[in-house]
Amino acid sequence: MAKRVGMEVAIAAAEAVGMCDIDVAAVYPITPQSHIAEHLSEIVADGRTDAEFVTVESEHSAISCVAGASGTGARVYTATSSQGLMLMHEILPIVSAMRLPVVMGIANRAVSGPLNILNDHSDIMPQRDNGWIAMFTENGQETVDLTIQSFKIAEHPDVMLPCCVNIDGFQLTHMVEPIEFPDQKLVNKFLPPRKPYATLHPDKPVSMGTFAMSDIFPEVMKAKDEALKNSKKIILGIWDEWEKMFGRRYRPVETYCADDADVILLTMGSMGETAEIGINELRKKGISAGLVKLRLWRPFPFEELKQAVKKAKILVVTDRAVSFGGPGGPVASEVRAALYGEKERPLIYNQIIGLGGRDMAVSDFVAMVEDAVKSGEKGIIKDYEFYGVRG
Amino acid sequence: MKKKKWPEAWHEVNPGCIVFAPANAREYHTGSWKAQRPIWDDSKCIKCGICYIFCPEGCVTQQEDGTFRADLDYCKGCGICAHECWPGAITMIEEG
Repeated sequence: MAKRVGMEVAIAAAEAVGMCDIDVAAVYPITPQSHIAEHLSEIVADGRTDAEFVTVESEHSAISCVAGASGTGARVYTATSSQGLMLMHEILPIVSAMRLPVVMGIANRAVSGPLNILNDHSDIMPQRDNGWIAMFTENGQETVDLTIQSFKIAEHPDVMLPCCVNIDGFQLTHMVEPIEFPDQKLVNKFLPPRKPYATLHPDKPVSMGTFAMSDIFPEVMKAKDEALKNSKKIILGIWDEWEKMFGRRYRPVETYCADDADVILLTMGSMGETAEIGINELRKKGISAGLVKLRLWRPFPFEELKQAVKKAKILVVTDRAVSFGGPGGPVASEVRAALYGEKERPLIYNQIIGLGGRDMAVSDFVAMVEDAVKSGEKGIIKDYEFYGVRG
Repeated sequence: MKKKKWPEAWHEVNPGCIVFAPANAREYHTGSWKAQRPIWDDSKCIKCGICYIFCPEGCVTQQEDGTFRADLDYCKGCGICAHECWPGAITMIEEG
């Protein structure tokens, strides 16, 4: 029986990485990810895992370092946040195009400016189209589980794609939560050593990161898209395996009281837990409300989402980032696109919430749903709103 | 008939575009980019080898009689050889 311990989630993320027999880590510290960098370097320094911790001079170097190490066949990890992720941007699509199974933890934080260190999703959203698998965690336990699973998913021979685990900065990274760590022997069984498709080795020369002009580039892009779409069934299989071994079930779209709900709230990340309590409050008030939580952002779970909201009349999609001058929030934009072809689809309201760490209470989720119900009754269509913004 | 390029279809692309055959860059004929080609007048050539030294592609080689030629599979037609040639033995002509 695995032991349950109280631990800060960022420390737990590093502990989870420490259980995965990594070979190389290059992590440049940045708030609110720093505790991952610090604790992982301690784990390596204490000899608790046989890995090289490279103290790089920037995030651009961190991702380049682990990309190169991954090319040699190593199991690698990096982590970052906000500006650090922006600095990594140039390398991110190269890592996925080279099909390197890099695992990255992202302590989500608002992107400057103005300078803000608190949580929202404006760092990951501009990285949406880089060809990485992207998952969001809701609590400490999920952070540990998804971090361990990510290595298996990324390295699977039918996937071979980088994978990022999004952990809300502060709201999650700095919380102390009860976390059950899986048994190391079982983790070893779940996650055997990496079997690379190709490695940089003088005895078996290969060229990685080759040149590709217009005569082959579109085919390579199509292959990358197909690989990412195909990864969903592998992810589902790995989650089934995890459930059998460790008892916790993961799905691309999680639902709470959503089966019979007329109005559904959709969240991504740590706010799902607060929103659940909001759903309880709404149910007590006699409103048929439910919650849908997106765990898997890329590959986007179209079918699972359609299933989850098919009976709803109203869907309130929350976003933690803005597509300025565009259709509102990126999550709502994608949800709308996913449901556009459906014969019967709910009215969609988009609320942009919790920007730059603005706190969201249970009452806020209740108010959002009640407001959407009222608007729905009157047939009012709204593109998007900045929830709770003054003035 | 146009020569079939490999890989033809998206699913034939190696994951990560990895190339397993070493020294394969020579199979990519960059010479197809050129708009002009160098022509040597061997009667003017003093066999100094400046064309060989200056060619950025390394595609100029010396023949047995000491004169020079460019491997047109790799010559991009930049004209540096013609520009540098002291006796003016090289002229650039339009690629037909």
